[in-house]
Amino acid sequence: MVEFKLFGIGILSWIVFLPIVGMIVVLLIPKSLTKSVKYVALMFPFIQMILCVVLWMNYDKFLPGVNTLEGFQFIEKFTWINVQALLWDGSVHIDYFLGLDGISMPMILLTSLISFVGALASFSVKKNEKGYYAMYLLLVTGMMGVFCALDFFLFFVFWEVMLLPMYFLIGIWGGKRREYAAIKFFLYTLFGSVFILVAMLALYFSSKDPATGLHTFNMLTLMDPQAIQSDSLLGGIGTNFRYLAFVALFIGFAIKVPIFPFHTWLPDAHVEAPTAISVILAGVLLKMGAYGILRISYPMFPDAAIYFIYPMAILGMINIIYGALCAMAQTDFKKLIAYSSISHMGYVILGIASTTTIGMNGAILQMFNHGTITAVLFLMVGVLYDRAHTRGLDDFGGLANKMPKYFGVTIIGFFAALGLPGLSAFISEAFVFLGGFQNETIRVITIISTLGIVLNAAYILWTTQRVFFGKLPERWGSITDINGRELLSVVPLIIIIIILGVYPAPILDLMSSSVNHLVSFVTEASGIVVGQ
Amino acid sequence: MQQQILNSLSNFLPEATIVITLIACLVLDLILKRKSVSVSILAITGLIVSFYFVTQQTGLKESLFCDMIVIDPYSLFFKYLFIVSTIFVIIFAESSKEIKKSVHTNEHVTLILALTLGAFLMASSINLLMMYLSLETVSIASYILAGYTKNVKRSSEASMKYVIYGAASSGIMLYAMSMLYGFTGSMNIFEISSFLAQTDSSNPVVIVSIIMVTAGFGYKISSVPFHFWTPDVYEGAPIPITTFLAVTSSAAGFAVMIRFFNITFLESFQLGLNGSWQIIGSIKWTEIIAVLSVASMVIGNFVAIWQTSLKRLLAYSSIAHSGYLMLGLVVANQMGLAAMLIYLFAYMFMNLGAFYVVIMISNKLNTDEIESMQGLAYRSPFVCAAMGIFMFSLSGIPATVGFIGKFYIFAALINSDMIWLAIIAMLNSVVSLFFYVKVLKVMYLKKPLDDAESKISYSFGYNLVLILLAVPTILFGLYFAPILKFAESSVAMFGIN
Repeated sequence: MVEFKLFGIGILSWIVFLPIVGMIVVLLIPKSLTKSVKYVALMFPFIQMILCVVLWMNYDKFLPGVNTLEGFQFIEKFTWINVQALLWDGSVHIDYFLGLDGISMPMILLTSLISFVGALASFSVKKNEKGYYAMYLLLVTGMMGVFCALDFFLFFVFWEVMLLPMYFLIGIWGGKRREYAAIKFFLYTLFGSVFILVAMLALYFSSKDPATGLHTFNMLTLMDPQAIQSDSLLGGIGTNFRYLAFVALFIGFAIKVPIFPFHTWLPDAHVEAPTAISVILAGVLLKMGAYGILRISYPMFPDAAIYFIYPMAILGMINIIYGALCAMAQTDFKKLIAYSSISHMGYVILGIASTTTIGMNGAILQMFNHGTITAVLFLMVGVLYDRAHTRGLDDFGGLANKMPKYFGVTIIGFFAALGLPGLSAFISEAFVFLGGFQNETIRVITIISTLGIVLNAAYILWTTQRVFFGKLPERWGSITDINGRELLSVVPLIIIIIILGVYPAPILDLMSSSVNHLVSFVTEASGIVVGQ
Repeated sequence: MQQQILNSLSNFLPEATIVITLIACLVLDLILKRKSVSVSILAITGLIVSFYFVTQQTGLKESLFCDMIVIDPYSLFFKYLFIVSTIFVIIFAESSKEIKKSVHTNEHVTLILALTLGAFLMASSINLLMMYLSLETVSIASYILAGYTKNVKRSSEASMKYVIYGAASSGIMLYAMSMLYGFTGSMNIFEISSFLAQTDSSNPVVIVSIIMVTAGFGYKISSVPFHFWTPDVYEGAPIPITTFLAVTSSAAGFAVMIRFFNITFLESFQLGLNGSWQIIGSIKWTEIIAVLSVASMVIGNFVAIWQTSLKRLLAYSSIAHSGYLMLGLVVANQMGLAAMLIYLFAYMFMNLGAFYVVIMISNKLNTDEIESMQGLAYRSPFVCAAMGIFMFSLSGIPATVGFIGKFYIFAALINSDMIWLAIIAMLNSVVSLFFYVKVLKVMYLKKPLDDAESKISYSFGYNLVLILLAVPTILFGLYFAPILKFAESSVAMFGIN
């Protein structure tokens, strides 16, 4: 395998830690050059994006990854903490272990794209720019780290570190109720982390690396049933402790997705966050929960995963329908999109629950697509809010004629969110439904979930009507159309949405061999074959 | 016997150095007759010399002065901790306006050294009488220090409360010790242990004396329900002294408490599998400690939420932290002990840092009310950024040393299948985040008050001390192998194989 190194440091480390370098640079910019802060800050996600494109060009789509070390690419593995046992069984070994496979690769691409778009959308921030961009770049590092980490401890550190900048970004640069929203987000996620931490420690003490005979945080080893000691807490198959550990992990990840009933932080956080941060939240952060389920819960607890298919699918269904119904009831544009996010993440959960190749492919594709589509929608709300200083849906009307370019871009985003054939979300949602239908256990639930499509169409068309059609209220007589910079931040996303709608292969190819491997691994390891 | 005492002296150099420094400081103070930084410098020099002598004792496992005190890796760990924290506290006192304004000249330095000497002896005594004497040395020095600014009413009140509470607690403890002595016929905790292991230890005398001794130690480490003095004393005492009590004095309390419980109630002095101790079966002291620990966490954290004074908030948070620390004792094995040592190490840096920020802020604002710190982040960004690090570390967010401490405690609990206790502790740290972040919320999320003048700047010295505390907080959070090694090599106690 070709090694990708720059100045002796692996490319993944560059991608993960470049924003930290950016943060330091931004903080060192003298006061007299405050105006240049945003351009300097933009440079780092841009370089990061270029590096991600390099990764993409060199990615071998046939390698499966998941639980095989040789299936991972761009691996970087160094000993981070190594304390030898002295008097008793107290040795600790933690690795700095990064690598990519078909599950993380699409997420890396998405993160770099959304980070760049978000940095571009941040140009409207006027208050304390230095602090803003420093926090923003720290956030990007956290996100990238979560998707690259293959050591559970490292994963957890990145997972938590991300919370700090998010708290400040919502709390300082947010809207009226920002303090409430920020602390709610923080406490909710930290509450979830508690359960992840418990499960992580239980896994650690239940495992022994066959090679070294020590407990391990290495995710790949933890996925190996041989490495889990049969006489330990999590030993055996289908024991109560394994189910409990799975549920603990699931709660931790569900809060991030968010899955009903842990979703209440999301509308608050979205509404109060500044535009760029809403974009990041919806575009990347929500995916982390689902990613965690795919990367950690499923391969480490295949027996429990199969056992809990049914409740998971029900939660997915509730998310789809409940989210859509809530969205329909909103009068605030941003809140509407927040609830539509909940609805769309329901498809991801349904796809994951199906445990079929096609459903899982659909789920990951939906994660990617939802990232791009909601980013467009949040950016568009931001554009409107910057001009009108209100987000009330009923305050608008007839904007289609007044802002034609804006209308054009937004309507593509809307139609994509609605699942119109030819746009990206259609394919992923169809895959999810196909997968769900294939799995007999959750077939009925899948059929009920399709109702979500109708509800989806209803609130989106209704919103279109309320904002763009009808009579233009007089006070918006002087409203201006979308400008060049705003267009620049959104057009790449629109192009991706259209291309993936017509030809989803570029992303699907990345993931399919990993997904195949994951599904067969999970079904085999649990001893149950699904879909037959 | 004479010979043994003479031999012991050569291993008593760290303590002797502190005594000599103490006297030298006293004399220098008398000569100068005014406030002077030179007394502090002399004290710090003495402490550094003492530090050197401590390093000379690395690896020793010996008993001194006819089994009164011991030198073992465990006590050395605490000695390092005491020296480092004392040096910082002397620096704090030098930079605090409260201490400078007081009517005294430099007496606080001598008192601080006296307390450190007591703490040294607490960490190393294996004899009940020695334990009590060293505890009193620490207590008496801290009563005086708490009331150091005697023209401030609250400070005198704090001192008074502290004396009454302390006298009662140590009286109870002394009574318990006399019962243990009467029952077992020995003051030496090893002999007590052997006696208890051989006789029927479910005797009520033993149970009662355990509870009463716990009261004495519990007061020193401010564990619930012996914590009532803590908020008032911490609030009333000058901030450097509060810091000293919260860090050094409570660490000393832990040092003696761990040794007492671990050795007195051991079945045998051989370590079991996985480094566990064989505890005398019928004496359920770990359960008592578990209950106290949960109570301390819950009460400390939930009451802290409502505090408006930063000092008082940190007082309640330190009650909660003693709760986390005691969890390590509940586990009753070497891993739990190592976790406690790691936690104490982490706690020292982050708590010193948090209190130093309080000193810096109240030097300028003349108050430690959280409300008055509105928008402070825009007036002194560096101090508030450091405060952010300390607060996140205290609440146990990763990439700070506080996380490592908590992580180890939780790991030790889960390794011993005490999952529920671990979950309670973790949920408590979620609660604690709420009030730690509240401080940051006021600093960062609120606009500065209208009448507040713009920037507040500090001299280089202040910022340097802050950096010296903030950098280890982050650095050891990222690369914690050194503390793990240090703590794991320090769990070796005299007499336990």
